[in-house]
Amino acid sequence: MSHSEGDVLEERVFGPVTRTDFVRYQGASGDFNPIHHDEIFAQSAGFPTVFSVGMLQAGYLATYVTDLLGPDNVRRFKVQFREQVWPDDVLTCNGTVVAVRTDATTGEKVADLALEVRTQRGATAIRAEATFAL
Amino acid sequence: MSATPADANQPRPFQMPIERGKVREFARATGSKSADYLDAPNPPVPPTFLRTAAFWATEGGPSPLQGLDLNLRRILHGEQEYEFFGPPPRAGDVLTVQPRLESVSEKEGKRGGTMRFISVVEDFTDESGRLVAQGRSTLIETGKAPE
Repeated sequence: MSHSEGDVLEERVFGPVTRTDFVRYQGASGDFNPIHHDEIFAQSAGFPTVFSVGMLQAGYLATYVTDLLGPDNVRRFKVQFREQVWPDDVLTCNGTVVAVRTDATTGEKVADLALEVRTQRGATAIRAEATFAL
Repeated sequence: MSATPADANQPRPFQMPIERGKVREFARATGSKSADYLDAPNPPVPPTFLRTAAFWATEGGPSPLQGLDLNLRRILHGEQEYEFFGPPPRAGDVLTVQPRLESVSEKEGKRGGTMRFISVVEDFTDESGRLVAQGRSTLIETGKAPE
């Protein structure tokens, strides 16, 4: 599949996310911050309930983009965490090809992408940039 | 003579073997159904997989955050970046991980407190010593009340 500047990637939905999804990601990643699975701890820190691990929705976004551009082609993946994700949220990943260029260091043809994870409330949970070899 | 206290407090490099089962577990936890991750005998790592380096760090060993006196209830993960200098590492590779504190900066928060921005870098080298990936985490310590 060829990609060119201005291409809009087909959106993909993950979720609704569950507390079990949070726990499974925490086990897989090794980040055991109780704020993502311990209801009593989360409430004592002032939150209504537990919330998702930012790196979980970053992982969904990585799955979205590697399925489209190929797991071996990732060269850079940068996420900025903006809004929290709560149990039962439905996440939609979207992306745009911002530029197609030849990398000055490697000589590889690459695509720069702008990516987002949005919730059903319209909030931007993650804003991200990525570079993939084409 | 033994290491000086300053040396003893530096994070030491550690080894991180990339394992097929761990890649599969991580890929499934992040919603993947791709045979490239789930079924390949030596799958590449997903873009955020190197976060699992935490499993290989020496528990209780020197941390790049040590000495910063962070309040963990006020820490947010602001940004995370992974850069790959070629195709990503694969199951079967053994990486060496070197964490380091890159920078700490302060900014006045909206409510008069001080916010701190902490950048931590991890360098991942392969068995030949080539830098294959680099991770960069930005942590934000929010709203420290004036003292």
